[in-house]
Amino acid sequence: MNNNKVIQVEGLTKMFGDFTAVNAITFDVKKGEIFGFLGANGAGKTTAMKMLIGISNPTSGKAKVAGFDVFTHAEDIKKNIGYMSQKFALYDDLTVKENITFFGGIYGLSRKRIKEKSTVLIEELGLEKVANKLVGSLPLGWKQKLSFSVSLLHDPKIVFLDEPTGGVDPITRRQFWEMIYKAADQGTTVFVTTHYMDEAEYCDRVSIMVDGKIEALDTPKKLKEQFNAETMNNVFLKLARG
Amino acid sequence: MGITISNISKSYKNVKALQDISFDVKPGELFGLIGPDGAGKTTLFRILTTLLIANEGTATVVGFDVVADYKKIRNSVGYMPGKFSLYQDLTVEENLSFFATIFGTTIEENYDLIKDIYVQIEPFKDRRAGKLSGGMKQKLALCCALIHKPKVLFLDEPTTGVDPVSRKEFWDMLKRLQQKDITILVSTPYMDEAALCDRIALIQHGKILEIDTPQAIVKHYPKQIYNVRANNMYQLITSLNKYEHHHSVYPFGEFVHYTDNRADINPNDLILYLESNNLLDVEIAKTVATIEDTFMELAK
Repeated sequence: MNNNKVIQVEGLTKMFGDFTAVNAITFDVKKGEIFGFLGANGAGKTTAMKMLIGISNPTSGKAKVAGFDVFTHAEDIKKNIGYMSQKFALYDDLTVKENITFFGGIYGLSRKRIKEKSTVLIEELGLEKVANKLVGSLPLGWKQKLSFSVSLLHDPKIVFLDEPTGGVDPITRRQFWEMIYKAADQGTTVFVTTHYMDEAEYCDRVSIMVDGKIEALDTPKKLKEQFNAETMNNVFLKLARG
Repeated sequence: MGITISNISKSYKNVKALQDISFDVKPGELFGLIGPDGAGKTTLFRILTTLLIANEGTATVVGFDVVADYKKIRNSVGYMPGKFSLYQDLTVEENLSFFATIFGTTIEENYDLIKDIYVQIEPFKDRRAGKLSGGMKQKLALCCALIHKPKVLFLDEPTTGVDPVSRKEFWDMLKRLQQKDITILVSTPYMDEAALCDRIALIQHGKILEIDTPQAIVKHYPKQIYNVRANNMYQLITSLNKYEHHHSVYPFGEFVHYTDNRADINPNDLILYLESNNLLDVEIAKTVATIEDTFMELAK
């Protein structure tokens, strides 16, 4: 396979009974790219993402993630990716440090490595004062930043972010994106969904799903030209309204 | 006879959820409470809908006191909580007729008010609420909140997690409801929705940062904002943050919104600085503030 492409998807389809949730989608994502995966509620984004992270079996098609086939090597995919969702963040009843140690252990990091990572991560996020506080007591924005850092603990090739900034205040939302840029700058591929259209502009390339299909895929600049729209919000409205 | 809020404070153990909040919502107004998760929006909604009692201060809704006249308020307001709270095991139609019955009315009696919205979910009226998509659940919840023809409608984050198309449709619906003499208090974390309200209150950490019309709020922005663009966004942000004269640096779509701590600047100096940091294709242009700029400046 082409080493530069860390996600390769061809004709990937998922059906639930008669309903086609994901309808033969085809795309590639390059190493170090920030790839925005957009679509209306119910367009099939989450279903597609679940197949890519190896927790849902496709009905048909092909997909390779981090070099592994989603049909035959789902477990290898899980070891090589990070995943963060808005709903499942961290354990509220564990402290910041305990969460890092727990997830480090799950990812198979050595005690020594966890300790090192833990110190660096807490310092980078400025969480020294709350390192021994329960995660449940932290503001949402802090939790989300911590959750993102935890998803990068095992230095994954790709990190999948499912609406990471929903409801987060505008300053923290931007700090979060600076973390995304930094990760991408260091070679991590970022696959992200969002309902904030200004965030779509921050992506290198953006795909837009409508009713299970990818109806548009390009850089934000080219999409705006193609749809003769001033903002990504208008591109989205034009596409999703049909 | 809209809503009056005077010096309301509320604490949970050692968390101050609301601190000395005062403002009025005029009858027929579409008023937005704009702030992130944890700002205190839901606490204020629960106090106004008589589900929670404040530690200090008073409030009235359609002229009734939230503590002394709570029963009267419950009959005159509609409340759509942030969390979907209809009966998942009842169908669309059963949910609606349940809420109508509770308020001693029928679907037919106020059908006019919900017709526009209900026709969109009517094809699914025999489907259980739990099986509806996000957008349809939201429309059903709005119908249930309206079925007794309330004078005031409280909508707590109705568009959170909703895609831009459904969000736009939802706001179009609110505008139509407003024309039917319903006062609306709506909260949202999306700053772009603020512009659609008559007046807004920006709220964070339980305190009101500013109250005014959206147009006036952006006019009060104290600095000149520059749109800056270059070939590499991450390096651009990092370099601007290192620039000795920077006041604020925030990514905004394809640009960075930059403000300087000097009164007057020569954009060419900034271009030279950025080019010396290996950035290419640098562009700088003046731009106007948005609600989000104002919010971030006030929250700083």
